[in-house]
Amino acid sequence: MVNTEQFRRERLDRGIKIRTDGLYALMSWRELSYLTLPRLILIVGMLLLPLIVPGMYWQKVVTILCIYALLAISFDFLAHYVGLVSLGGAFFIGAGGYLAAILNSTYGFPPILTIPIATLVGAAVCTLLLLPCLPLRGVYFAIVTLMYPLVLARIIEALDILGGTDGIVGVDSFANRWVEQYAVIAMVLLALFGIRRLVNLDIGLVFRAVMDNDQAVRASGMNISYYKAIAVFIGSALGCLGGACLVHIYMWCGISLFALDFSILPIAATVIGGSGTLVGPVLGCLILVPISELLREFGTLRIVFYSLILMGFIVFRSEGLMVYGERKYHQFQRWVKV
Amino acid sequence: MSEETILKVLNATKTFGGVTALSRVSFEVRQGEVLGIIGPNGSGKTTLINCITGFIKMSEGEVMYKGKKISGKSAHKIADMGITRTFQIMRPYYTLPAYKNLIIPLFAPRAKRTGGWRGGGKLGDRDTVSVDILEEIGFERDSFVPYKIASTLPTGYLKRLELARCLALKPEIILCDEVFSGLSMSEIASMVPLIERLQMDGITIVMIEHRLRELFQVANRVMVLNFGVKLVEGTPEEVMADEKVKEAYFGSQEVEEVMNYA
Amino acid sequence: MDILIYGTINSVALALMALGFALVYGISRVPNFAHGAIYVLSGFITWTFLRGLGLNYALSIFLTMLIIGIFGALLYQFILIRVRGIAISEIIASYAMGLAILEGLRWGGFKGMSYTLPVFAEGSILIGGIPVDYQRIIVVGIGGATVASLWLFTHYTRLGLALRGMAQDERAALMLGIDSDFMAVVAMAIGAMLAGLAGILLLPLGNIVVEAGYNVLILAIAVCIVGGLGSWMGAVLAAFIIGFAQILTVVYLGSHFQMVVALLAIIFTLILKPSGLFGMQKQLEERV
Repeated sequence: MVNTEQFRRERLDRGIKIRTDGLYALMSWRELSYLTLPRLILIVGMLLLPLIVPGMYWQKVVTILCIYALLAISFDFLAHYVGLVSLGGAFFIGAGGYLAAILNSTYGFPPILTIPIATLVGAAVCTLLLLPCLPLRGVYFAIVTLMYPLVLARIIEALDILGGTDGIVGVDSFANRWVEQYAVIAMVLLALFGIRRLVNLDIGLVFRAVMDNDQAVRASGMNISYYKAIAVFIGSALGCLGGACLVHIYMWCGISLFALDFSILPIAATVIGGSGTLVGPVLGCLILVPISELLREFGTLRIVFYSLILMGFIVFRSEGLMVYGERKYHQFQRWVKV
Repeated sequence: MSEETILKVLNATKTFGGVTALSRVSFEVRQGEVLGIIGPNGSGKTTLINCITGFIKMSEGEVMYKGKKISGKSAHKIADMGITRTFQIMRPYYTLPAYKNLIIPLFAPRAKRTGGWRGGGKLGDRDTVSVDILEEIGFERDSFVPYKIASTLPTGYLKRLELARCLALKPEIILCDEVFSGLSMSEIASMVPLIERLQMDGITIVMIEHRLRELFQVANRVMVLNFGVKLVEGTPEEVMADEKVKEAYFGSQEVEEVMNYA
Repeated sequence: MDILIYGTINSVALALMALGFALVYGISRVPNFAHGAIYVLSGFITWTFLRGLGLNYALSIFLTMLIIGIFGALLYQFILIRVRGIAISEIIASYAMGLAILEGLRWGGFKGMSYTLPVFAEGSILIGGIPVDYQRIIVVGIGGATVASLWLFTHYTRLGLALRGMAQDERAALMLGIDSDFMAVVAMAIGAMLAGLAGILLLPLGNIVVEAGYNVLILAIAVCIVGGLGSWMGAVLAAFIIGFAQILTVVYLGSHFQMVVALLAIIFTLILKPSGLFGMQKQLEERV
């Protein structure tokens, strides 16, 4: 006998989710913890991470992971809140990294100064270089960001400036490895919650409006290029911050800062973690970076691996893990007969 | 209504490739009036608005606003001077709630400058101000309508939201691109007093419209375009009596109807 | 004189690289960031047939073109079609595909100087006192023939006219009974074959290296932006502009600056005339 009954999935919000909307969340510890627990797990987890991983090597991995997380947050912010797809995370890393290295090795600035200066100046340089493609919609931004790291790496190589292929060696490191790790972890958490705050502020709404419908923004008497430039400045500042930290971690700066890993891994992490959630990219990095370390001996196969995962997720599961997890947390589902 | 000219269009011409969408259209808009622009489909009405507001570069001609040349400036600068427009195809920010839609124009330099939305403006809370504006334009304040996501709102509210977006800037001129189209009779009936009130507040309004009967209730003067050429300009009665207009609208039931009505 | 001759050759080579990208973007509005990867892949497939399996050169070229065409069609049918219209996903998916191919080839050991394709005909000829080898002449000849046949194809065959209709207005084309998904698959297959053709023609001039994939992608995109995204004739004209500019910089500044020329060309185009020489983009944007 053929079963002709059909079922459909029904999703319902959990009662506690509705009770925690608005002021009622303060009613009891249960509601409070329902709201704050996921955030606490993330914060405490990130803070404990250097303590629980085995050995120096994996502590280094945690640091690198945080750099990637900064880049991934920057990608997610630019792509899903401003509508600018950046294929060149390496460009931001390179700009910040080279600036920090020059400031440190040539002018002798300590890391505490080079990192903020490199972040701000680097972001300004990146914004300036990307300015021509900001008035336009479409693929131009992606194309230009894709080109810059490739071309810059080649220029440095060909002209033998900034240390050429050998790079700049002898960059100062952080005071000790605990400072290094907790500095980058604090930066990731600050960036994460800061950007989350930003996109819900009034100017964040303007960014989203620029993405949704730039003509209406222009009709309101606002210069879209100006707001896009601000957003690119914020996004590239995160990338440059990562780059500046990276050269102090490696104590070296070279054209491998323009390597493809920095461009593709944050994108993969964002898509896997959940586009437009900002937490998702961090989650994606937590998954991808350790796997990539395990695959280190396979060389460029890692990039093939990210690319394939990325393609699989974008084609078949474009919502990402974070959105899925959020749904499971807030809703339950059941099958109802149609 | 005064006789003072606020906006002057001289020989506006626009060609798309080989097609001439506008050909040497000149007219004036007076301070505080409602000017209707009518014409059959494809007669260049929307192109005219796009040219005035700087969304399209004119091929020839110029636009003067309060004696200053504004043609050639970019769209946001023209909007910043107080010439706002609605879009024929409504373009709310679909993912945001209705009242959050108004945050964006309220964030604009002009809104910050002109300010004064009952304690809003530069330092005010934009959320409250935007709900105030929405109430003014016909959203029920105490209902949940202003808080609904824009993509779930019906057409009538979206049209009002478009107007509200203009109002948030405290404009001098609003160019309305078919605000009545797609609305039911009762919705239009409730929009007409709104236009009248905006006029009483001293805002100059240019309306492109196909709903002639309602337009003639509010318009002080009417201009007719056909194939990108200005046919006539005058009071509604004068325009309807014109032979060329009858020819352009030949066979159109509505003109007959309106003429009987007038 | 040598600037004229080498400029022409370089320009035709650029046009060959860019045509596939321009065609795919023009018809289905998908920026195919895997273009450079397909170019290199075709070189390696031909090499495998020729050296690995010991087939005849002409046969291996024919088989490669066939495989690349099918590969392009499959790529569209199974991956890109699912993300079509979502601009962010289109870019990321095709870029990821390209990276997977290129870095996969690199990992698979296809690197170094040992991979070369033989030229079609040995020897060279003197043109105006400058020796030009036959392969470069063949490149110019086939390049010209490709542009001409593409023009004939899109103007005089049913399929070509359907493609052009879709490029102009997809919805109108749908209403006239043109299957837009199938057309996009065809466009992608032709685009991939054009990339493959460029690879087979140009790779005998040097080594097959994975880096060429990135260069070709960048050059193709530069040509398309200068010519106006979506315009084929614009791409051909822009290829000549960038081609001569490159040769001039090589002669007067040094060969390192070829890429910089491409980047500067893009940036100046975006500043001065964002729609490019013949672009439709601006006009479309103007329709508010």
